[in-house]
Amino acid sequence: MFPWAQGVKITSNWGENMKRVYVNEKWCLGCRLCEYYCAFADTGEKDMARALKDIKINPRIKIEEKDGISFAVNCRHCREPLCVKGCITGGLSVIDGVVSIDKEKCVSCYTCVLCCPFGAVSPSESGAVQKCELCVNEGAHPACVKGCPNAAIVYEDRTEAKM
Amino acid sequence: MKIYPEYEIMRNYDKCINCRACENQCANEAHEFLADANKLVCDDTKCVNCHRCSALCPTRAIKIVKSGNTYKENTNWSNKTLNEIYKQAESGGVLLSGMGNPENFPVYFDKILLNASQVTNPSIDPLREPMESKIHLGARPKKAERGADGKIKNNLTPQLSLSMPVMFSAMSYGSISYNAHESLARASAELGILYNTGEGGLHEDFYKYGENTIVQVASGRFGVHKTYLNSGAAIEIKMGQGAKPGIGGHLPGTKIVGDISATRMIPEGTDAISPAPHHDIYSIEDLRQLIYSLKEVTDYTKPVIVKIAAVHNVAAIASGIARSGADIIAIDGFRGGTGAAPTRIRDNVGIPIELALACVDQRLRDEGIRNNVSVVVGGSIRSSSDVVKAVALGADCCYIGSGALAALGCHLCRTCHHGKCNWGIATQIPELTKRLNPELGHKRLVNLMNAWKHEITEMMGGMGINSIESLKGNRLMLRGVGLNEKELGILGIKHAGE
Ligand code: SF4
Ligand code: SF4
Ligand code: SF4
Repeated sequence: MFPWAQGVKITSNWGENMKRVYVNEKWCLGCRLCEYYCAFADTGEKDMARALKDIKINPRIKIEEKDGISFAVNCRHCREPLCVKGCITGGLSVIDGVVSIDKEKCVSCYTCVLCCPFGAVSPSESGAVQKCELCVNEGAHPACVKGCPNAAIVYEDRTEAKM
Repeated sequence: MKIYPEYEIMRNYDKCINCRACENQCANEAHEFLADANKLVCDDTKCVNCHRCSALCPTRAIKIVKSGNTYKENTNWSNKTLNEIYKQAESGGVLLSGMGNPENFPVYFDKILLNASQVTNPSIDPLREPMESKIHLGARPKKAERGADGKIKNNLTPQLSLSMPVMFSAMSYGSISYNAHESLARASAELGILYNTGEGGLHEDFYKYGENTIVQVASGRFGVHKTYLNSGAAIEIKMGQGAKPGIGGHLPGTKIVGDISATRMIPEGTDAISPAPHHDIYSIEDLRQLIYSLKEVTDYTKPVIVKIAAVHNVAAIASGIARSGADIIAIDGFRGGTGAAPTRIRDNVGIPIELALACVDQRLRDEGIRNNVSVVVGGSIRSSSDVVKAVALGADCCYIGSGALAALGCHLCRTCHHGKCNWGIATQIPELTKRLNPELGHKRLVNLMNAWKHEITEMMGGMGINSIESLKGNRLMLRGVGLNEKELGILGIKHAGE
């Protein structure tokens, strides 16, 4: 367990969905296509050019880059998520193992933004927070993973190996 | 004199979303983002038409098109010819190119058609009936011998067993990247076939794939030592290469970095220039000495392959090799690829592999020595039907190089010699080599070969043949279209309709 999560108790159903987006930074090219596919997935549009033309994207996965090393960072869907613990309205909860947002409940206090050790929660244009919800509504694979040309992010169930 | 670029980058600004993937993926820096104008612009003169940007552009906003800017039409003095003159008049240097001969010479495979069974001889359904695609390479025993106990003696010389009649041809570590080598090695192991180290030695990480490795010995002897020779399943002596018959390998010093210099056993930054001939081989007898030195050092446990380029006298040369103690002859046609070759040699030297194969197979049969050796052919085997046609013309197995690289992402831009391959293949720049993730690369190679295997068995089934051995040299299964008497005679096939 991460030291900063010591003592945090959240009884949640980590549920059926044990698949997570994992990072292989060795293969990350820093092309940022994941960011664009993520932003596109959020729009619900059919055509990417139409959806993202003349827009400054605000994706839920972000590339961190320094000294020639780059990798994608998005929500880890922690077992005991600090953001959920910090949320004052119940706007964040764990549903089937996915840390999910209820935009109706979010009052934009941004406690979660400050709590998340990965910087994976951020304000969205609507005011409510946004974060990666693993494209649970989009189908089998998260859009970022599908869009990565080099398998630098993969969608896998590693629970066996980890625990 | 400025030469107008041959290809132009067309960006559809209605589709471009300024993601800048094109900009960060083009190692030739052909794209540039102008922050003040908030748009991407490009410099066509830097583009080598590798299609990295257009393949990755998420909105398909980019296409690379042939420039319509042309000199006055002239069949004799084409744009290309004139541009080459302008280039040489400027540089005073030899023109260099990568990959295989792209010129408009006949592709005989495309003028040969396969047979299929109808009514009187039933075809076979490979999905329902057993189909053998396995092959063995090596000399065949001249006769069955019995031991004192009356039982058949095992008098087989060392053989290679492959799950299908295809291997990955020699591409050196150095000319291609570590990740490309890893992809080839892992795919070969998974498929039960072999890949070839090329002339740059073998990285120690890959010794574990030894059973699926052919280790090459070329005129430069780079990276050759006893452990290396013993680490593979077979040893190949490279006498020649289809892309540049008559000259040796060239690897520019810029590619001799880090592990490559260690593997080749030469200092970093030195050009690795292999001599044109092997300086100890001036006759078949000399070749025999090297073959037996290599057999000696490996305790007669590994077959020795001799690879030659397809040249005018190929049949006579092959006949000599078949008597020299070699177990396998590899012939590389004039369309074979390379990391770097003088353009004039690549485009003008050598002969088509189809003709070379047919005449070698015939010559060895006529002389009763066909079973001394197996014959492997390369030099532009592009598909499973090329494999089937090559086997029917008499080959035991095919080498594929360019096709394998294409599976790894190569778009045949033919600028391998620049060392800045945007697909992470023909480069040693770390930011570029990481673009080829062997986890994906090896799977793509496995997919390609499995697909070919299905197609090969389907074509065989259609001909009523259930084993690749029965297809070998079965030229009655072939017919030519649009070929003249001479060509048909050399290929040893009839014209369609005959
Ligand atoms: S990759 Fe395509 S969408 Fe992205 S900046 Fe380049 S042209 Fe525009
Ligand atoms: S060199 Fe390749 S990546 Fe660069 S602009 Fe040309 S096609 Fe695109
Ligand atoms: S290996 Fe790379 S540089 Fe060479 S032709 Fe293919 S894409 Fe171009």
